[in-house]
Amino acid sequence: MEEIERDVMEFDVLIVGGGPSGLSAAIRLMQLANENEQEITVCLVEKGSEIGAHILSGAILEPTALNELIPDWQEKGAPLNTPVSSEEIMFLSETGSLKTPNAFLPPAMHNEGNYIISLGNFCRWLGEQAEELGVDVYPGFTAANVLYNEDGSVKGVQTGDMGVQRDGTHGPQFEPGMELHAKQTFFAEGCRGHLGKELKERFNLEADSQTQTYGIGIKELWEVKPENHQPGLVVHTAGWPLSTDTYGGSFLYHLEDNQVAVGFVVGLDYKNPYLSPFEEFQRYKTHPKIRDTFEGARRISYGARALNEGGIQCLPKLTFPGGVMVGCEAGTLNMPKIKGTHTAMKSGMLAAEAAFEAIQSNFDVVELVEYTNRFHHSWVRTELDAARNVRPSFKWGLWLGTLYTGIDQILFRGKAPWTLKHAHADHETLLTKDQATKIDYPKPDGVLTFDKLSSVFLSSTNHEEDQPIHLTLKDDSVPVAINLAKYDGPEARFCPAGVYEYVADENKKDGSQRLQINAQNCVHCKTCDIKDPTQNINWVTPQGGDGPNYPNM
Amino acid sequence: MKILVPVKRVIDYSVKARVKSDQSGVELNNVKMSINPFDEIAVEEAIRMKEAGTASEIVVVSIGVEKSQETLRTALAMGADRAILIKAADTVDTDIEPLAVAKLLAKVTEEEAPGMVILGKQAIDNDMNATGQMLSALLGWSQVTYASKITVDGDTLNVTREVDAGLQNITAKLPAVITADLRLNEPRYVKLPNIMKAKKKPMDIKTPEDYGVDVSPRLTITSVVEPPARAAGIKVESVTELMDKLKNEAGVLS
Amino acid sequence: MSVLLIAEVLEGQLNKDSTAKALTAAVQLGDVDVLCASSGCGDAASELAALQGVAKVLCANDASYEYAIAEPMAALIVSLADKYEHIVFPATTSGKNIAPRVAALLDVMVISEVMEIKGADEFVRPIYAGNAIQTVTTADAKKVMTIRTASFDNAADGGSAAIEEIAAVACDTPVAWVSNEVQKSDRPELTSSSVIVSGGRGVGSEEDFKLIEALADKLGAAVGASRAAVDAGFAPNDQQVGQTGKIVAPQLYIAVGISGAIQHLAGMKDSKVIVAINKDEDAPIFQVADYGLVADLFDAVPEMTAALE
Ligand SMILES: Cc1cc2nc3c(=O)[nH]c(=O)nc-3n(C[C@H](O)[C@H](O)[C@H](O)COP(=O)(O)OP(=O)(O)OC[C@H]3O[C@@H](n4cnc5c(N)ncnc54)[C@H](O)[C@@H]3O)c2cc1C
Ligand SMILES: Cc1cc2nc3c(=O)[nH]c(=O)nc-3n(C[C@H](O)[C@H](O)[C@H](O)COP(=O)(O)OP(=O)(O)OC[C@H]3O[C@@H](n4cnc5c(N)ncnc54)[C@H](O)[C@@H]3O)c2cc1C
Ligand code: SF4
Repeated sequence: MEEIERDVMEFDVLIVGGGPSGLSAAIRLMQLANENEQEITVCLVEKGSEIGAHILSGAILEPTALNELIPDWQEKGAPLNTPVSSEEIMFLSETGSLKTPNAFLPPAMHNEGNYIISLGNFCRWLGEQAEELGVDVYPGFTAANVLYNEDGSVKGVQTGDMGVQRDGTHGPQFEPGMELHAKQTFFAEGCRGHLGKELKERFNLEADSQTQTYGIGIKELWEVKPENHQPGLVVHTAGWPLSTDTYGGSFLYHLEDNQVAVGFVVGLDYKNPYLSPFEEFQRYKTHPKIRDTFEGARRISYGARALNEGGIQCLPKLTFPGGVMVGCEAGTLNMPKIKGTHTAMKSGMLAAEAAFEAIQSNFDVVELVEYTNRFHHSWVRTELDAARNVRPSFKWGLWLGTLYTGIDQILFRGKAPWTLKHAHADHETLLTKDQATKIDYPKPDGVLTFDKLSSVFLSSTNHEEDQPIHLTLKDDSVPVAINLAKYDGPEARFCPAGVYEYVADENKKDGSQRLQINAQNCVHCKTCDIKDPTQNINWVTPQGGDGPNYPNM
Repeated sequence: MKILVPVKRVIDYSVKARVKSDQSGVELNNVKMSINPFDEIAVEEAIRMKEAGTASEIVVVSIGVEKSQETLRTALAMGADRAILIKAADTVDTDIEPLAVAKLLAKVTEEEAPGMVILGKQAIDNDMNATGQMLSALLGWSQVTYASKITVDGDTLNVTREVDAGLQNITAKLPAVITADLRLNEPRYVKLPNIMKAKKKPMDIKTPEDYGVDVSPRLTITSVVEPPARAAGIKVESVTELMDKLKNEAGVLS
Repeated sequence: MSVLLIAEVLEGQLNKDSTAKALTAAVQLGDVDVLCASSGCGDAASELAALQGVAKVLCANDASYEYAIAEPMAALIVSLADKYEHIVFPATTSGKNIAPRVAALLDVMVISEVMEIKGADEFVRPIYAGNAIQTVTTADAKKVMTIRTASFDNAADGGSAAIEEIAAVACDTPVAWVSNEVQKSDRPELTSSSVIVSGGRGVGSEEDFKLIEALADKLGAAVGASRAAVDAGFAPNDQQVGQTGKIVAPQLYIAVGISGAIQHLAGMKDSKVIVAINKDEDAPIFQVADYGLVADLFDAVPEMTAALE
């Protein structure tokens, strides 16, 4: 490949990713700079076409971090419009349901004082706040590669090239990406960031932590009939349609304007290669306790995103020379609460404070260890400590896990004197096809349940077709030789966007199959990068601005 | 020569338009908005003319809500020199009709005295395909629509137009109003530093009153609904039956 | 008051199809006079006079109208406008070029791509590329509109209207026609063809795609493809129909070995008649097809081609 001349831009702090963590970091930095009348330059790049376009969450927001960051958020018009008014937790069986009396719910699961929001809209608003404060916010630009100094420290990132053709050659519209350099680079890519993955390896950040575990969350937004709408209602379920050895459950939140967000999370440590999280979600909606909400309703949007489930014991080292990790990039989500926004925001704010202090002392700090100190003395740490044993206990199955959660969270309030371990990395848990039973999912009815393609349509995802496929394979022969032969091609089922298809190989007329990758469909959930049993799939950033265009997800 | 390029802020082409349940229009809140694709082509054409030395300055103008500034900034980042926002609406749901837009553009044209105005052939929201033609009529300038190739030769334009039958070549005298078709060019990707520079380029903010133009609509929208779903037809048993139905029932085969 | 319909006549040739469809819409509004303006357009005027529903044909036979340049055409139409409440064009590129100019000269709005007439001042039209349907009423005294031809049937022959020669209106136009370039491809262009045969992944290989092409050639049709077929290399990129390909609305669309994913439907669902050939009787394409044939395409397609011999 020919050498490309790249323009360079320098900043004090560069932030990769415009989710709650990256935006909070940017805002906090500028607030401190303004308060101290110090001029600093902060740049934030976001791969989505606009801030919020790639954000998908539940979401119930616990406003703790927001109260600290922007105390007058109400006056500033933050889109927190629906306080949680009532909540239910149900264990579903195929036809029935068991409601858990609220008194038996662990304290972490109560939601008084929280708001049901669209995290996408919330991020759009945070983005406006950041821009007003003077942050250079650049949606539509990916951080494609990490750049390193000669001493091995992080120098910044290179933004993605635009106009590269499928075969790697430069098209007529080719526009080379540029180098963004900074004293500190904050990686805020969210769950399973693709640069974060590289950094964890390069700096061995997970040496003292356990293997991270993940879940996939699939979500739909509906507009329901006014008579079926109860603004502020929160419903969580566990149990059916998942078998008891699979971790997961649903959420159903009534927002404003007759909208209901409904979603389903499946732990990616599931074992059966025939399981399809998408299909499980579709089936869940048909439960007698659930389906009535959607009677006569209209589906507005669809999407999916992976989330960290590991907790504090999986938190990597947060800093390395030249950069830090904030939010779900590091894994700050509180699993029993199913909330990661407030902790992600707070981690970003803490990193910002540490970075500003370093800038102010005019001392070129290479590694921002002060961020780690602050983190471990903050309420995020306390909160995550208390939550640490819930998710791993579910390796014992739903009922024991639930029982354990009750003991751990109510009896000990999370302060049990032991820490449970996660059993395996998620890509190691699949049974082979001859050990597993096929699952026969019902056909979609096109009213309440849908197929993947008409769902993906509602994510408004798109990718310029003539570009290299961003779902890269380390070895092209592995999908057929191993994934298909051993596991019957699980990627066709765990991808919620129909990206992977095993189809007849038209070059060999012997009925053999090949893997077709429909990269255009991708909704950037990162599940394949996590669950591929051979770890052969490496998700990299496509052209900037490509991917879903979520409205208020 | 100065070139004026009007640009409209519309729903991004990759976003599925969703009709509101009260039938008042299409949901535009929290939806990704972009520069109208045909207008992006128009801006690109103007920039290429500037790069070729035919044009000296590119002024972009948008009529709409405050946020149309973003659309103008996109055009500035691509390479336009200066922008004018005519704030004619307070909410995204108010759209200004092509006739009013054309009247405003006629006033801007009088003030700016460009040698040509390049517009998109149509806005992908209301699909009226009208503004350029109306502006040309109001100004009495050459009307050149659906251009897929433009060369400037002194005060004469040689233009290839996309028409139903294929392509048509015409000549037109300057000054002219041109509307851009899809194949005129492929717009460039915006460079990050240029976005930064675009923030510093001048932008005038005006109102329709400044130009003395009445923008009240002539049309009233009584409803906006989803297109009716196509109903499944019948299954035929054989090719013979199919051919028969196509000939004798549907009348689409002779 | 009555209606003035502007016939599409280019170089003396009547585009009868689109004009006859616009006529069907126009007669719903009142008595229709048809303007036939071109050069050497006597035959065109006679053809128009023979359409049912035409009250009178106004024939302006002048070199300045030969290529329907917007400036002289609009000047002529405006000079006639006094007598008419509605001025109607077929929504062809030529009609859409002239109508807004006429409207602006009359200081009224234009209403583009009318697909249904609800009353003298209430019209239905598609917006967002057909993803939404808008009903509008107008307060303008004169209504200038273009008619979406796919939404109306042809007016029948059998009329015998009078033909009145009218004089040209002087117009000094700065625009001049130079030449036409007609596409020299063997097959019609995808977006303007009235018949399209499309193949999907079910066709199986580039070689077997010849079956699709053979049928298309027999029908004088354009060839389309699904994304899956394009990705697999059966068909070139510019034949892709759908959300990220071409949007088509022919009279007849034949989908062969295409499952009917919503992204494909987005590109062809406005076709007048849809035929689906698929061996899976549950394929979603059958939910939108007017005529569905559950069959192996390798039997059905050659049989169709043979039947057209
Ligand atoms: C289904 C589901 C339900 C949830 N429910 C809740 C809830 O109810 N309450 C709650 O508090 N939390 C909830 N969460 C968790 C919450 O959404 C996350 O904790 C939070 O979004 C993390 O914020 P973040 O900024 O770290 O990452 P993200 O929100 O993931 O943001 C990362 C951003 O970075 C961008 N990006 C990534 N890589 C690059 C790159 N290389 N270059 C440029 N840009 C890049 C992405 O496009 C994205 O915009 C839920 C999550 C899911 C998936
Ligand atoms: C952002 C985005 C944009 C997209 N844009 C487009 C687009 O522009 N155009 C497009 O087409 N798709 C598009 N798609 C892809 C779309 O979702 C489908 O994947 C694609 O249309 C499937 O093509 P297909 O029907 O040929 O293949 P399949 O879905 O594989 O269907 C093949 C069909 O052939 C039938 N078949 C097989 N063998 C035979 C036989 N011997 N005889 C009869 N029938 C047989 C099968 O029953 C099956 O129904 C897009 C997707 C996304 C996410
Ligand atoms: S390809 Fe991977 S990242 Fe994209 S939607 Fe599928 S599983 Fe998610």
